[in-house]
Amino acid sequence: MTQAFRIPSAGRLDTGRTLDFTFDGKSFTGLEGDTLASALLANGVHLTGRSFKYHRPRGILSAGAEEPNALVGIHRDEARRTPNVRTTIQELYAGLTAVSQNRWPSLSFDVGAISNLGAPFFSAGFYYKTFMWPRAAWERLYEPVIRRTAGLGVAPDKPDPDHYSNRFAHCDVLVIGGGAAGLAAALAAAEKGASVIIADEQAALGGSLRFESGAEIDGRPGWEWAQETKTALRARDNVRVLTRTTGFGYYAHNMLGLVERLTDHLAEPSPEAPRERLWQVRAKRVVLATGAIERHMVFPDNDRPGVMLASAARTYLNHYGVAVGRKVSVYTAEDSAYAAAIDLKKSGTDVLAIVDLRTDPEGALVEQARSLGIDVFAGHAVTGTEGRLRVRRVSISPVSGGPRRELEIDTLLTSSGWTPAVHLFSQSRGKLAFDEENQRFLPGEYVQDAVSVGACNGTSDLAETVAESLRAGETAAKETGAKKRKTVKFEAQASEDWSSGMAGAAPGAKSGSKAMAFVDFQHDVTAKDIRQAVREGMRSIEHVKRFTTTGMATDQGKTSNIHGLAIASEMLGKPIPQVGLTTFRSPYTPVTFGALVGHGRGKLFEPTRRTPIHSWAEAHGAAFEPVGQWERAWYFPQNGEDMHAAVARECHTTRQAAGIFDATTLGKIEVVGPDAARFMELMYTNPWQKLAVGRCRYGVMLREDGFIYDDGVVGRLAEDRFHVTTTTGGAPRVLNHMEDYLQTEFPELKVWLTSTSEQWAVIAVQGPKSRDIIAPFVEDIDISDEAMPHMSVREGRVCGVPARLFRLSFTGERGFEINVPADYGLSVWEAVWAEGQKYGACAYGTETMHVLRAEKGLIIIGQETDGTVTPDDAGLNWAIGKKKTDFVGIRGLQRPDLVAKGRKQLVGLKTTDPKTVLEEGAQVVADPDQPVPMKMIGHVTSSYWSENCGHSIALALIEDGRERMGEKLFVPMPDGVIEVEVTSTVFFDPDGERTNG
Amino acid sequence: MLLIHCPYCEEERPEPEFRHAGEAHIARAENITELSDEEFERHFFIRSNPKGIAFERWRHMHGCARFFNAARDTLSDKFLVTYKIGTPKPDLSGEIRRK
Amino acid sequence: MVEIAHRTSPLEGRGFEGDGISLSVAKPASRLSLRAPEGSLPALSEALGLELPQRPKSTSTKGNRAALWLGPDEWLVIDEDGADLMAICGKIPDLHSAVDTSHRNVAIEVSGARSADVLSAGCPQDLSLARFPVGASSRTVFGKVEIILWRRDEQTFHVECWRSFSAYGFDLLEAAAREAE
Repeated sequence: MTQAFRIPSAGRLDTGRTLDFTFDGKSFTGLEGDTLASALLANGVHLTGRSFKYHRPRGILSAGAEEPNALVGIHRDEARRTPNVRTTIQELYAGLTAVSQNRWPSLSFDVGAISNLGAPFFSAGFYYKTFMWPRAAWERLYEPVIRRTAGLGVAPDKPDPDHYSNRFAHCDVLVIGGGAAGLAAALAAAEKGASVIIADEQAALGGSLRFESGAEIDGRPGWEWAQETKTALRARDNVRVLTRTTGFGYYAHNMLGLVERLTDHLAEPSPEAPRERLWQVRAKRVVLATGAIERHMVFPDNDRPGVMLASAARTYLNHYGVAVGRKVSVYTAEDSAYAAAIDLKKSGTDVLAIVDLRTDPEGALVEQARSLGIDVFAGHAVTGTEGRLRVRRVSISPVSGGPRRELEIDTLLTSSGWTPAVHLFSQSRGKLAFDEENQRFLPGEYVQDAVSVGACNGTSDLAETVAESLRAGETAAKETGAKKRKTVKFEAQASEDWSSGMAGAAPGAKSGSKAMAFVDFQHDVTAKDIRQAVREGMRSIEHVKRFTTTGMATDQGKTSNIHGLAIASEMLGKPIPQVGLTTFRSPYTPVTFGALVGHGRGKLFEPTRRTPIHSWAEAHGAAFEPVGQWERAWYFPQNGEDMHAAVARECHTTRQAAGIFDATTLGKIEVVGPDAARFMELMYTNPWQKLAVGRCRYGVMLREDGFIYDDGVVGRLAEDRFHVTTTTGGAPRVLNHMEDYLQTEFPELKVWLTSTSEQWAVIAVQGPKSRDIIAPFVEDIDISDEAMPHMSVREGRVCGVPARLFRLSFTGERGFEINVPADYGLSVWEAVWAEGQKYGACAYGTETMHVLRAEKGLIIIGQETDGTVTPDDAGLNWAIGKKKTDFVGIRGLQRPDLVAKGRKQLVGLKTTDPKTVLEEGAQVVADPDQPVPMKMIGHVTSSYWSENCGHSIALALIEDGRERMGEKLFVPMPDGVIEVEVTSTVFFDPDGERTNG
Repeated sequence: MLLIHCPYCEEERPEPEFRHAGEAHIARAENITELSDEEFERHFFIRSNPKGIAFERWRHMHGCARFFNAARDTLSDKFLVTYKIGTPKPDLSGEIRRK
Repeated sequence: MVEIAHRTSPLEGRGFEGDGISLSVAKPASRLSLRAPEGSLPALSEALGLELPQRPKSTSTKGNRAALWLGPDEWLVIDEDGADLMAICGKIPDLHSAVDTSHRNVAIEVSGARSADVLSAGCPQDLSLARFPVGASSRTVFGKVEIILWRRDEQTFHVECWRSFSAYGFDLLEAAAREAE
């Protein structure tokens, strides 16, 4: 198909540079620089989609981001199928493939359109009223049907193959919007020496200069000036110009979110190039130059393809060189639409009539239109339109009554005035003020360091816009400390004024009319729906919005909100400001999840922490489990073992010979200073003052409320130096907790805390052969039982490198933990492993570690404890220094609930059937025959098969558990009740003989 | 993302470096073991959570790591002042009345 | 006697060269987390052979040794020749806390005309020369990890992070570096 509607003499595109594309499988040709919308219009295509609810044919309404109708899917490949792309924003590239949405089987014949016939039933609030009962039908019938028929595009079902980027940026002055106002402000600020970022959503800067044919700035045509200014700005090192970049959110403390689209306009993007980049910009001053959005007229059947905004038609003509139709009329209530009629007429397009609601329009534009031979029907309204897939006839009547007249047309341009784009201002928490005379909201009171200029500030005249923007740019720069003397000065002029207009329903769609006069095209909300909402009792615009869903579509009512508000206000008989305005929320236009996620996908979703020994574990076939951000070796299956077999073997081998375990992830804090012991006394329940240098103690840390917060073994390296270990997951919060008390409650203590979690690789060697295995590597330390008993620590050398050697046990066996500087961890591990082989030792993972400690009744924070467990509950009363007068939690422990009877206490459970392994988290009851809901007296916290005991073992928190020794309790499960016996928490070597060797 | 003035770093730094740390000016009772249950409840559990100017603690977790105090208007998110631990609570009654 | 253990870096073999950007893993160095009240600074400075800086965000260097201000009583001392910093401070009787963190941190050198841009992919601080001049250093965040950033010259940043976070840090740097400007 040729571009029949392209006017070579008009527009700014090079007609020699053609691009082929398809829409719904049909091939078309457009030009480089086209949007998909302009290319379709060049080929005479207006019909681009079906409406959300009624499946009515819809065409291109606008030429910008506000587009409610012309949404399509863009398909690049199987995975790259982007739904709901506005054709007015999508730039054309060679081979672009677009498909229409929300229609079946085809765009021109859509079965769903029958819902149009049922329109009276789909009126406001129909979701709430129609599908109330039967209740079960909602899930099975109503929702699936509604979801299928109502809707927009289809989300892609493959993972997004593109990547996205993020940048934090800082500037003195951020200018949002690159039209005349934004450019002037950016230039003035930059000349003063401020650092400036200017962003515009379009590919080229210039804003409405792209269509304003009469605009002149600094002695040049407006568009030309804009391009030269952009080039000048780009050349400066204190300015960053971002095109295809939407300022979508205005957040606290002058932080704005911008999304830059980098590849959506390219035929073959480089694989290295991110698709989009999120800019998080912190600006000292923000200049909002976001312009204004033209509103359509609300009249019967105002949604047919071929009905479009006047400024859009002008844009397509003056920028893209496309005539939007052959026989055009205009319906308006303000002046700027006349300029569209005039431009089209001058281009050779047949402009039949201007229908103007005003009884006596006057002024230069009106005169010019008349002199060009355009019929001006003053005091007339459009009362109806006809045409199935494209408007072909409109009826007009005098507002004051009189004969109806029909106009044969193929395009109707409408404009009821301009809505200042105050979205970002409103998001900044600024207060809007209503401009009664011009029926519009304007920026009122600012709460952040921002200023609005140009059309978004209600400045409707280009000369004043430029003057105001230059002043604003200069002032903003000066306020940020820019000192250059240079001041930019130039003047501008244009023939139009954007201030007049009307809001609400035009006469043909007034109250009582059954006509479908659309307010919100994207959500199919009519003037009648808004009135009905008010009649049904909605009084605030917030309620009207939710009842009718007006303004809740992806365009957020950019063209419709003021109309909806005006209609509600008329119905309520209250002025617009009293009806209220719904809050503007970010994002201004839809933002992809990809842009928000940025780099944070895959391996960058969150850090995966690995120990120095990780590569060894991987090479030795370990299965891994996540523990917080750590990836830890879980078990080491050999010769096709499953997890159960591997863990049973590791448990058995460790108690028979030895096991080697990577304990590097343990949190470590070095507490150093003359008051170290005093500080430890306050932070832990245990006494520390008398702990001898070279000895260790198991410490329990509470919060002030008396509940267990963390635990770990602490070694005293010197009078003034403790090596504290914490749980793997608890390391950061324990340090934070300690720092909090040290800095804010006990600042007089001379002690400092340093995280050494990652300084040391920790190799635990546990089992009867542990000492034999490590002996060849240890220098300067006597590791005999006499010299180095259980719970002691020594500094020396292991494998020739500095080491801290702990004698301790989390297994109940004789055990050592070798701490070496982390870079040596792998090398030392390999040496210990090789030696261990001589003694039949194995490597074990976290699962075996859990089983071995449970066999000994040792708790794990977060498993046996859940933030409501006291030391007494956990059987750790022995760890509380009885003579201590203070420690964090000492008062909390005395709280009535914490000392009351009936608290859940940690006990062991043995299943009557030794093979049955309980489920962790299972609830425990005393009487399995009681009616449901049963009284639950506790729950299982840990449960394993114990190869060493030959039966299953479990730990549980049970009400008054320690008084129930030997009692039979029951664990009801979906497939039957399991009988258990309450036992001690220690299942293996109850006297602890093995620990001491 | 807030911009927070750290009184130790003596400049404004981005919020991701900080961590909120609850209400300010609640000193751990010196005689904590002697508090009655009611006193302990008030001391440990009850917080003012005002609408308007709140005195709160922040920690410059990923900066200088210091705890400090701040007065922030919870309506506007504006910080009126930030100050070092140990500095007395500033008198902002004038500011509060104006709200 | 067994042979002496050898070091393995968590960033073994990593590196990246791109247009205007280079990422490389710094050689092992000795590091000290040093904490001290004001009164001890003269003695410690003398022992270390450099003035411990007292202004926020500042550093001082002497040869291959540097002291980075991290907090009002906290410094990171780095010696790229691997000197025994613990031993040096161990001789000073004045009140202080010295903890060896040589293996806790890993450093990545980010250099080239795009270095600040690449770091801005994850660091929310203003890295312009006006706000983060040559010699400035600060603990901050980079994406989802904590780093210490030190600007060694206009186009070179020294980035320190804990060793288990270094793979993430390098990956994010590389992802940002791979993006064509």
